[in-house]
Amino acid sequence: MMGWLPVALLAVPLVGALLLLLAPHALRPRLRAYGLVLSGVTLALAVLMVAVFDYAGAARPQFEVDQPWIAGLGLRFHLGVDGISLPLVALTALLTFLCFVYLCWGRERAGEQLMRARPRALVFTLLVLEVGMIGTFLALDLLLFFVFFEVVLIPMYFLIAIWGGEGRGAASAKFILYTLLGSVVMLLGLLLVWAQTGTLDIEALAAAHGAGMARSVQILAFVAIGVGLAVKTPMWPLHTWLPDAHTEAPTVGSVLLAGVLLKMGTYGFARIAIPILPDGAAAVAPWLGALAVVGIVYGALACLAQRDLKRMIAYSSVGHMGFVLLGFATLTPVGVNGALFANVAHGLITGLLFFLAGAVKDRYHTADMPSLGGGMLATLPRLGSLLTFASIASLGLPGLAGFWGEMLALFGAFQPANVLPRPLFLTYMVIGGLGAVLTAAYFLVMLSRVTHGRPQRPARPAARVLQEVGGPPPAVPDDVAGPPPAVLDDVGRPPGDVRTHELLAWTPLVVLILLFGLWPGLLLSLTTPAVLTLLGVAS
Amino acid sequence: MTTFPLLAVLLPFLAAFAGLLLPRLLHRRGPAAEPGGVAGARANTRAAWIAVLPTAASAVLAVWLAWGPGFAFLNGEGTSSLTGRTYGTIVTGGVPISLTLQADDLSGVLGVLVTLVALAVQIYSIGYLRDDPRYPSYSAFISLFTSAMLLVVYAGDLLVLYVGWEIMGLCSYLLIGHWWEDRGNSRAAVKAFLVTRLGDVGFLFGIFVLGMAAGSFRVADVLAKVPEMSPATLVTATMLLLAGVAGKSAQVPLHTWLPDAMAGPTPISALIHAATMVAAGIFIVARLFPAFLAARPTLDVLAVVAALGMLGAALAALAQDDLKRVLAYSTVSQLAYMAGGLAAGSDTSAVFHLVTHGAFKALLFLCAGVVIHHAGSNLMSQMGGLRRELPVTFAAMTIGFAALMGLPPASGFFSKDSLLVAMDGALATGGLTDAAALLLHACALATVAVTGAYATRAWLRTFFGEAKPAALPEPAPGTAHVVTGREAPRSMLVPVALLAVPALLLGFAVEPHLAPGVAATSVVLALLGAGAVYAFWRIDPAADPARLLGPFRVPCERAFYVDGLYAALLVRPVMVLARLVVSTDDHVVDGAVRGSGRSARGLSGALRFAQNGNVQLYVSGLLAGVLLIVVGAVVFA
Repeated sequence: MMGWLPVALLAVPLVGALLLLLAPHALRPRLRAYGLVLSGVTLALAVLMVAVFDYAGAARPQFEVDQPWIAGLGLRFHLGVDGISLPLVALTALLTFLCFVYLCWGRERAGEQLMRARPRALVFTLLVLEVGMIGTFLALDLLLFFVFFEVVLIPMYFLIAIWGGEGRGAASAKFILYTLLGSVVMLLGLLLVWAQTGTLDIEALAAAHGAGMARSVQILAFVAIGVGLAVKTPMWPLHTWLPDAHTEAPTVGSVLLAGVLLKMGTYGFARIAIPILPDGAAAVAPWLGALAVVGIVYGALACLAQRDLKRMIAYSSVGHMGFVLLGFATLTPVGVNGALFANVAHGLITGLLFFLAGAVKDRYHTADMPSLGGGMLATLPRLGSLLTFASIASLGLPGLAGFWGEMLALFGAFQPANVLPRPLFLTYMVIGGLGAVLTAAYFLVMLSRVTHGRPQRPARPAARVLQEVGGPPPAVPDDVAGPPPAVLDDVGRPPGDVRTHELLAWTPLVVLILLFGLWPGLLLSLTTPAVLTLLGVAS
Repeated sequence: MTTFPLLAVLLPFLAAFAGLLLPRLLHRRGPAAEPGGVAGARANTRAAWIAVLPTAASAVLAVWLAWGPGFAFLNGEGTSSLTGRTYGTIVTGGVPISLTLQADDLSGVLGVLVTLVALAVQIYSIGYLRDDPRYPSYSAFISLFTSAMLLVVYAGDLLVLYVGWEIMGLCSYLLIGHWWEDRGNSRAAVKAFLVTRLGDVGFLFGIFVLGMAAGSFRVADVLAKVPEMSPATLVTATMLLLAGVAGKSAQVPLHTWLPDAMAGPTPISALIHAATMVAAGIFIVARLFPAFLAARPTLDVLAVVAALGMLGAALAALAQDDLKRVLAYSTVSQLAYMAGGLAAGSDTSAVFHLVTHGAFKALLFLCAGVVIHHAGSNLMSQMGGLRRELPVTFAAMTIGFAALMGLPPASGFFSKDSLLVAMDGALATGGLTDAAALLLHACALATVAVTGAYATRAWLRTFFGEAKPAALPEPAPGTAHVVTGREAPRSMLVPVALLAVPALLLGFAVEPHLAPGVAATSVVLALLGAGAVYAFWRIDPAADPARLLGPFRVPCERAFYVDGLYAALLVRPVMVLARLVVSTDDHVVDGAVRGSGRSARGLSGALRFAQNGNVQLYVSGLLAGVLLIVVGAVVFA
């Protein structure tokens, strides 16, 4: 029943991308509309999927397609969605569509820098990226998962390397080498599982709950797969590709990177590593939890001393993903639920934050906080308000989406699975809680620097990073030479406040952040049955 | 009737959204960002209606809910009728969250306090921030604040309560930082949020402990399971909850945010100090009082914290020059009274004082707002002789100060008396360890005297003595400081006059159970403190009576250097650590990554020597290889 739906979700962007290759000249004048329509159709399909999904059976994969693919190797083209992947599929389709709205809405104004340079290649890249991302969340075959997982890397590489900022070369090379290296290790782990069990079918493997694999094999496989996923997540200390990639990537690249690509790593834990290798997970979980809380505190401290807005948001992802990993490490339904919730919430919130950071950079031509100079609530009140909203959502205020995931992850750590040492996880919980305070600290300090204060002529980017936090605001020397960078944008007008295409792209995110924050049951009722099944609690 | 708690919470919540979105959406067509323009004034008017009407409706609902039980809680007649319902359950995979909103006798009383003070503040703000271009967002945040506090009051589930609890932290941040042009205000707002959030982490963990032990987050279930919980669980849970209480109710050691929070507009101070935020901490202890009663070590800690807090804050209040900071420290001190009453085992007297304090402190702040509005400065050294110019305010503020000092017949006299009776009784009944009970009682009596002193000092220095020349109007950051030379507009005076009534008479609403001895002692002590200040003031009306503190004056004025201590012990180390992390990340973690890249390139460079395109070298290598294989084959065969 409805098995065509996942196939169509992949086929629409894929065919769209291929058409761009086949008929370049016919489509060139209508590129903006073309991208909008294709991603819009994909989103419509995802919405249809959400609508006809059988919520009573959220624990089992639905809309399944299971065809032989490479018969000689026993590979199958096996797709399906359950309560864990459905939100992520919808999130992916939504974020991609919003990226297209941001780029393509209106005429000759929106997303200028990007759509001017090689627009056809950009639309092509984004569509291929969407195929890979959606495919990763749909795949129910280990190698198929791996294929989609890798497909994503190439378009993202080009997105950074072609449309990125000043240091795009080094950043993109680091991104692809680092993640490819992680993927190779993950592939070894997947092959180990295959060699031991003789099947690549995720459904069958998850139902077996590790039967047929010795404990040592499970540990080895979990570590191998975990390293690959952890690079993508990213987990401390494998995170250093992330700040560079985020800082250099164009706005849509950052949004998709933070909003979807990082989720592929954590999704792998929920879909593959934990259900297929339960003994391995139990053995490695304390280490995973330790690295997760280190990531939380480390990411928060790193943010506190950042001066670049985009880089700060990138590091904040390290902290937030720490909460996600902590939730997985508890191996409890509560913790895994929290991790999955935090996953989606982070996609929405950090996606919005990167949109906003991109808008700031568009207007001021820098994301360096001392150069921005403060007073954004006075000069650009709507943008400043949205930045405040997104920051507050990101620091985990109850009533907004960011809170529930973190809270449930901590609650999971309060009472971890029976096989895990409880005192250790209590320590993790306390450290994680303090990390949440630090998270609030760096976001509020950022808001204080950027949105508060009198708008002034931005000072020259001087070597003062944290002065404003403690002492009196440093006086701006009157002899700052040259016009302030914020006076004119590149079309020669003063920087306007939020524009139509931006508003259109951001409003859905704001609404969803509020919706999931006020009614967390929407998402939790979807993931809970699936989580109970994958942990083997209710099967 | 069962939906009233939900409606009371939802109305201001929706008003907050409407207030944020509607005036601006309609505003857009006119010339934007034109303070004081016609469009701005119209937007402000619209926002005022959007803010006041829902709050008024909520107040009606809250009064309705409280009508049945009345003051039963304060009279100690525990009725347990609950009005409300559960709106579904959120599965979490573990302990579920139930969306319950309900009103009982305790929340009935608090709900009335919250909505009425919020209504007074909303009406007062219309006049206070008349020309402020950001009035729409300001009033919307007050609505959100009210809604969050009502959520805390009516929540039947601890996690639902926590949601309201934290949103209040956000609202305090937004409102304290209302005049964010000034970096100082911005810093004060950040401080308020962070200090309370630090406590809230403990609070959340306390909820975890209770919820896990009871298998439910519902307040009723938790309280029902208290007798079955182990003492260790209860002590852990209540101690952790106490962290949150200390943060929100500004108790030692997390009190430092409250005096700084004076950076916000004065009506906000009234709201935070009387009805929302700081009241939440006392409320939650009263809400979970059976759990606290069963955890005696926690009560001892609470008693010591309260004892230190009440006296220290009162002394600090005696030395401040800023009128609002005097009131802020007085709030810390009065809240410590309530905490002391709770520690002494009397939740009714603590809540009684919470209610009377809510009335008279809101009154004092709103009056202080009028005074500041008039004088154009917060500093008492720039005030004086204002009783002739501001007769209404003078009368109202006199009532407020009398209630604060605990002079009959003002409301504060009755509530403070019942607290002192409870603390007196704690020595006899042995709810606390003797040392803690003695310390608490001694500090409470000493604080009565100091309270009399600082209240008298503020009263004298504001309204008596020589009239100072009007200070120059402060141009920035606020636009509210306008010197007019008359009494304030009616929208500001009406709430003041209305609040003066409960501040004076609320004490008679509850059945009096006065202990004549205790009452006489406290009145005499308060008058002694007042008399000492009066004597010093008579000697030289122009000089500050705070000089009676002698060498202690500077430490008191600096609030015993706690802020500096925290800056040195916490803030600066964290900043150093942050910079350390950044440099570590760059040099060590990323250095390893870059290093591996470089070494790979280095290795490839070494290998490249073999691939230099020299055919002779290739052939020699080939021959050498063949030779080696042949030799190997011969030798090992």
